[in-house]
Amino acid sequence: MVNSNTYKQYFNIWLLLMFLTVITVGAAQFDFGSLNIPIAMLIASIKAGVVALHFMHLKYEDGMTWIFATYPIFLLFLLIAFSATDIFTRVVN
Amino acid sequence: MSQSHSFDKSYLEDGTGFKSWFFTHDHKRLGVMYLWAIGIFFILAAIASFLIRFEHLTPGQTIVDAQTYNVLFTLHGAVMVFLFIVPGVAASFGNFLIPLMIGARDVIFPKLNLYSFWVYCAGAIIFLIALAAPADTGWTFYTPYSIDTGANVILVTFGVFVLGFSSILTGINFIVSIHKLRAPGLTWDRLPLFCWAAYATSLLQVLATPVVGITLLLLIGERYFGLGFFDPAKGGDPVLFQHFFWFYSHPAVYIMILPAMGIISEVIPVFSRKPIFGYKAIAYSSLAIALISFLVWGHHMFVSGQSKLINIIFSVITFAVAVPTAIKVFNWLWTMYKGSIELSAAMLYSLAFIFLFTIGGLTGLFLGALAADVHLHDTYFVVAHMHYVMIGGTVFGLFSAIHFWYPKMWGKMFDEFKAKIAFVLIFIGFNIVFFPQFILGTLGMPRRYFNYSPEFATLHQISTYGTWILGIGFIIMLYALLRPISNKAEANPYKSASLEWAMPSPPPTLNFEKIPTLTASTYDYGTKLEQEA
Ligand code: HEM
Ligand SMILES: [Cu+2]
Repeated sequence: MVNSNTYKQYFNIWLLLMFLTVITVGAAQFDFGSLNIPIAMLIASIKAGVVALHFMHLKYEDGMTWIFATYPIFLLFLLIAFSATDIFTRVVN
Repeated sequence: MSQSHSFDKSYLEDGTGFKSWFFTHDHKRLGVMYLWAIGIFFILAAIASFLIRFEHLTPGQTIVDAQTYNVLFTLHGAVMVFLFIVPGVAASFGNFLIPLMIGARDVIFPKLNLYSFWVYCAGAIIFLIALAAPADTGWTFYTPYSIDTGANVILVTFGVFVLGFSSILTGINFIVSIHKLRAPGLTWDRLPLFCWAAYATSLLQVLATPVVGITLLLLIGERYFGLGFFDPAKGGDPVLFQHFFWFYSHPAVYIMILPAMGIISEVIPVFSRKPIFGYKAIAYSSLAIALISFLVWGHHMFVSGQSKLINIIFSVITFAVAVPTAIKVFNWLWTMYKGSIELSAAMLYSLAFIFLFTIGGLTGLFLGALAADVHLHDTYFVVAHMHYVMIGGTVFGLFSAIHFWYPKMWGKMFDEFKAKIAFVLIFIGFNIVFFPQFILGTLGMPRRYFNYSPEFATLHQISTYGTWILGIGFIIMLYALLRPISNKAEANPYKSASLEWAMPSPPPTLNFEKIPTLTASTYDYGTKLEQEA
């Protein structure tokens, strides 16, 4: 499976990740106010996604593997959604 | 290990000495070692509980001071949960049975399996070291107390963190094994229900455990470096700890109970001589439990100051999680209907499971009802509920398994009569210990209190006397199991149709000389399994 072609592809992915890192650092130089965290998270998520797809071969896997790989993201969403619902609807006296 | 060698010797005879066990890749040996390990920790934590109950024989101080009492209940809870019941049935019987039941020679990653066991041992050693400077927070490690207390919280939480890896790796091993190693003809709709339950358990282990790991790391960071995640003064929130903790720990209660449910689904049909009723309903309800159990954690936090809206949401969903559980109970009952029931020791434990677990589950619904929980939260009612599900459910299920697969595991037979006497004492003792605690709770006796007002004395005393009956029952059970009456067990003494009984007792190291081909469900009693090359 591993031939010079895939090495080349890995190298390109690596370049892309480096480029995104530069963007992360660059974006940190500006103050976007409340958007600071979402922007940083967005870039980080793209990076993680690229790593999962290419370095972890998710791109070449079947549906079952995709379900296993994405379900935890849904759970993370639940964890945040329910906790946030509590925190933002709490009445503090 | 030469091929021919591994089929004429049983796994117990194939190598002796420490090294042949501690470095084994054999899923059966690992299962047996887990069984011993959880057994030892069960006894250790049970001793702590007997001391706790003895302390409550009279109001005020009876045998230990208040701080020691706090340490004792923390020790009891933490050891029981993290070293006994969470690894518990899955690691011991899961390891022993899954490859046998799916017609494989081992789990898919045998070395990883050994590694999980070592990690479990490492976690256990950290726990034992922590005994020198024990925590006093209860097994739940709630902030802010766990941050402020002078007792040593870090070592125990670090131990839980380490144990988590063992849980995750075992889970991955089982999931992949069940996907990849099923024998020809063993389709998903023929998969034994114990394997379905272990599969659902493994999903929970893999998906939920990382969260508690990270949470406890945060707690450690909070204590060492004052990070502030859970500290309002720094913009943090102590209730957030409870959210994270229960996001794991509610699914964890199903990690505890699902494998036991799997055992009941195997034992009931054998001793009723009837195919399991509602196979699909039982199988899918395990999956349903694995999915829904992630949505109800907030029912542990109704009086934490959590918002009203989220309280209502969690309360409603909690009622939903009881549905798949009830489905299983109805199907077990229906399996027995008009069956030819044989009250063996294993069957008695399974029947008691259904009875006690139903009480535990129903009282869980009382607690899930918002208005009732405001009164009952943090009282002995909760203590009674959790013990009805965890002892009445999981431990009775485990005992059922220990008796049922005893001939297969050890190649010996125990004395049914002694085992039944033990069962009667354990069943009665258990109810005497915990039923009064429901009443204590409704009367307002808080949990984790060293002292109590005199009007609670009688019920507390009854509960303490119960532990003595229970203790005698345990000892007789151990005696019956450790002193077998015959050193020769048939391959299939209970005439079960499941694959693990289609080989000698105890099984040879590599299980199947020829991988079997299944042509029928393993619950079709009367149909012979066909074994082909
Ligand atoms: C029908 C299913 C169940 C329901 C609806 C249910 C509901 C609840 C609720 C609402 C509480 C919180 C009570 C409070 O703190 O005020 C609770 C506590 C607890 N439940 Fe359950 N439960 C169920 C099954 C189980 C099972 C199967 C187990 C374990 C095998 C379990 C173990 C526990 C434990 C250990 C606690 C106490 C945790 C602590 O230390 O605070 N429950 N349950
Ligand atoms: Cu819960």
